Amino acid sequence: MTVPAGGLAGSSSPLDSTEAARPANGTPVLEAAGLTVYHGQLRALDSISLRVYPGEVYAIIGANGAGKSTLLRTIAGLHHATTGSVLLEGADVTGLRPERRARLGIVMVPEGRRLFGSLSVEENLKVGATYARRGPWTIERVYETFEWMRDRRDQQTAQLSGGEQQTVAIGRALVANPRVLLLDELSLGLAPVVVQRIYAMLPHILETGLTVLLVEQDVSQALRVATHLQCLLEGRTTLEGRPDEVTADQVEAAYFGLAGTASIPREGSESS
Amino acid sequence: MSLATRAKTRTAESFRVTRSQRNVVWTGAGALVVVVVLAFFPFLVYSGTTAILVQGFIVLTLATMWNLMAGYAGLVSVGQQGFVGLGAYFVLILALHGASPFAALPVAVVACGVAALPLWWLVSRLRSGYFAIATWVLAAAIMLFIEQFSSLGSGTGLPLPGFTGMSPTLLTAYTYWIGLAVTVAALATVYLLLRSRLGLVLTAIRDDEVAARSSGARVGLARLLVFVVAGAGCGAAGAVLAISQLQVQPTAVFDVSWTAEMAFAAIIGGLGTIEGPIIGTLVYMLLQQTLQSFNAWYLIILGLVAIVIALFARRGLWGLVDSRLSFRLFPVGYWLRGPVTEDRRSRRRAVGDQV
Amino acid sequence: MTWVNAIIQGLLTGGLYALFACGLSLMFGVMKVVNLAHGDLAVVGGYVAVGIITVTHIPVLWSFVIVVPVMAVIGYALQRTLIQSALNRGVLTTLIVTLGLSMVIENALLEFFSANTRGIGAGMTLVTGSFRIGSQIELPYLLLLIFAIAVAVLLGLQYFLSQSSYGRLIRAVADDKEAAQLSGADYRHVFGIAAALALGTVALGGIAYGMYQSLDPTAGTDTILLFAFVAVVIGGLGSLWGTLAGGIVLGVAQQIGAQVNLSDELLAGYLVFLLVLVLRPQGLFTRRASS
Repeated sequence: MTVPAGGLAGSSSPLDSTEAARPANGTPVLEAAGLTVYHGQLRALDSISLRVYPGEVYAIIGANGAGKSTLLRTIAGLHHATTGSVLLEGADVTGLRPERRARLGIVMVPEGRRLFGSLSVEENLKVGATYARRGPWTIERVYETFEWMRDRRDQQTAQLSGGEQQTVAIGRALVANPRVLLLDELSLGLAPVVVQRIYAMLPHILETGLTVLLVEQDVSQALRVATHLQCLLEGRTTLEGRPDEVTADQVEAAYFGLAGTASIPREGSESS
Repeated sequence: MSLATRAKTRTAESFRVTRSQRNVVWTGAGALVVVVVLAFFPFLVYSGTTAILVQGFIVLTLATMWNLMAGYAGLVSVGQQGFVGLGAYFVLILALHGASPFAALPVAVVACGVAALPLWWLVSRLRSGYFAIATWVLAAAIMLFIEQFSSLGSGTGLPLPGFTGMSPTLLTAYTYWIGLAVTVAALATVYLLLRSRLGLVLTAIRDDEVAARSSGARVGLARLLVFVVAGAGCGAAGAVLAISQLQVQPTAVFDVSWTAEMAFAAIIGGLGTIEGPIIGTLVYMLLQQTLQSFNAWYLIILGLVAIVIALFARRGLWGLVDSRLSFRLFPVGYWLRGPVTEDRRSRRRAVGDQV
Repeated sequence: MTWVNAIIQGLLTGGLYALFACGLSLMFGVMKVVNLAHGDLAVVGGYVAVGIITVTHIPVLWSFVIVVPVMAVIGYALQRTLIQSALNRGVLTTLIVTLGLSMVIENALLEFFSANTRGIGAGMTLVTGSFRIGSQIELPYLLLLIFAIAVAVLLGLQYFLSQSSYGRLIRAVADDKEAAQLSGADYRHVFGIAAALALGTVALGGIAYGMYQSLDPTAGTDTILLFAFVAVVIGGLGSLWGTLAGGIVLGVAQQIGAQVNLSDELLAGYLVFLLVLVLRPQGLFTRRASS
């Protein structure tokens, strides 16, 4: 995978330009308010709220079964919320189907990549571009960003490695020109070095003015890229704040639910 | 005591898994009374009525078998008319060799069960939807094969011999009784089968096939057993059909409308319960008797009713009763009786009764 | 020489069977629906053609210009209503609903058009005539035309599926409909388009069958659905050109059977089907993982 050298910012926080800025009063790109979701009898999400502001990398962490993926899938419209609402730039999208939300700019890279296995790399990107909004990302731009992809665009995606597939999945979402990009467990099933490389692309993607909401089980990875952090445990928020505001102990406690819940109040948003 | 153990003990204390015995006793007694009353019908009613009832017995037997396959084993067969035809032809073959058709019936039933084995080997290679049409093709192929034999009347069939010297009244009564016996046997077999271990395996498959497989349920074997029982049952219905019609005609006994009738009776009554096919057969016979003068219309209405029920009342008419009363005549599932709680959802829930 | 003729005839009949089969295969491949009313809908297409020809007196061959779009619209509507709501409730429900639909259509046709058979274009040179090669070998015009139409339909379908935007969406939805939703595709609409294609092609099959044989209300299940299914299984599930290959094998088997004994025609076809099921259940012409 070739990423232009400038984009490889290494493991230090690559988001110095946006890190400090967290506008308290601006309109969030994406807002979830009091989402409660049931899987059958089981309450998977219990009144979860979040606000994602433009240019942020908002990371949701938590252990297996904490409800992270459910939250992302609910925002994308794949799960029905019993109560609560999802707002995209202030407009209520709660009643919309996933495909409507995608066309409005909530685009998700699903867990496990979920490429169209019988389609070629380029066809996958073309499907992603079918209902695209206007914006900077085109198939050509994806090829410029990931040059290997151009050479292998006629290959079926089943022949690619896991990391390559994940990159195509990201490309497929990018060409839709999302307002907010949802990334579900990018690291799942990939070697650590591959995960590193994929996360290293993130700043490059953010240059185009994207906002990212990601779910990650790998806490250290999430802490490296995130500008804002929210930890879930059994469907509830146990910690929320900027990565530099929280201590490792707080994260650990929130992640495993060891002590009482730690919460750092966030300016301008109600704590949950 | 840790929280986990405490929770477990509490659960064990407060939940009971029961299968209401009182219901079984009352239903058993009720069923016995119904069967005894039905058995006296030939002395009480005109032969026209018993003829209609024989038709009802055939449909009920078929619907019960189709329900066993589709409602419990997830097997949708559109080719059960193949077994109806085989049952009829086995009776014909034995009768042509001098056996009494009544004595030939049990042999025909066993033969149909045996014939189901190689047929299962063929059709089980295809999944769901294609399984359905494959059974249909097999039924068509079996009919074409049988039509090759001029000794069996080729494409036109033969009258069923072996009734000479029997008075018409006696024949009607015997036919009625054997129809009743076949139906009772079919219902009893399915009921006992579902209360056995197989019933548990089938419920597990229906709820989640992958989970059932991984917890060691022998899914293939269970389905094979169901296919064989259903083949034998449909063969029995075919044998009764042959006896009641006094002739065997290939296009009549191998008619796909047998499958349509059994499927729709089962669906209308409610798949996945033993009571469903009984209710469904009653409705079916009512529709047929009131609408049969309108030719094809009753089949059109039947098809529409089946579509509406499949879409809007998936558990059929019995399901509508059941969901309001939590009541079973023939309980094959289990009740989980929880402690008295505020939460109505967990109060009375039939495990494995949701399709 | 009758054998050569029989084999040619069987080969060409394969085109007709491919027209029956490709829509069935497409619908199963895309939405995992086995439409048990597939054959009955072909017969509906045939009857619509009969009606149009009787009323408007347009040339027989041009009836498809109206019939195919009409059936495509019916296919779309059927998918968006009945079949989609059945799909939401599971595969079992789709089988029950399409079986019910099959029964409703068949009996409605019986009620309105009686059990009499109806031919399309009976007496036309196209239907009765044939090329002669030498003095013995016959190539019936009609079968040649049907075969050519079948090849054209399959080429068209292949082009549509591989090149067009909707074709790409159809394949994407067949692979993973949830992922397609996340790319903004309304899979219900895409399913509808696939069903429109399926019914459009099988309507051609219905018209062709009305010209080659004759239509009656039960032809949909007795003949068209079963032949379509047998062709699909022989050719390999989910393979577009496999339906033509399977259709040809079925057609040739039937004609050879008919040469042995007239009543063996259908049985011979089913025996080949059973043989394939025993020896090569994945079909004769499938490579692994071909779309």
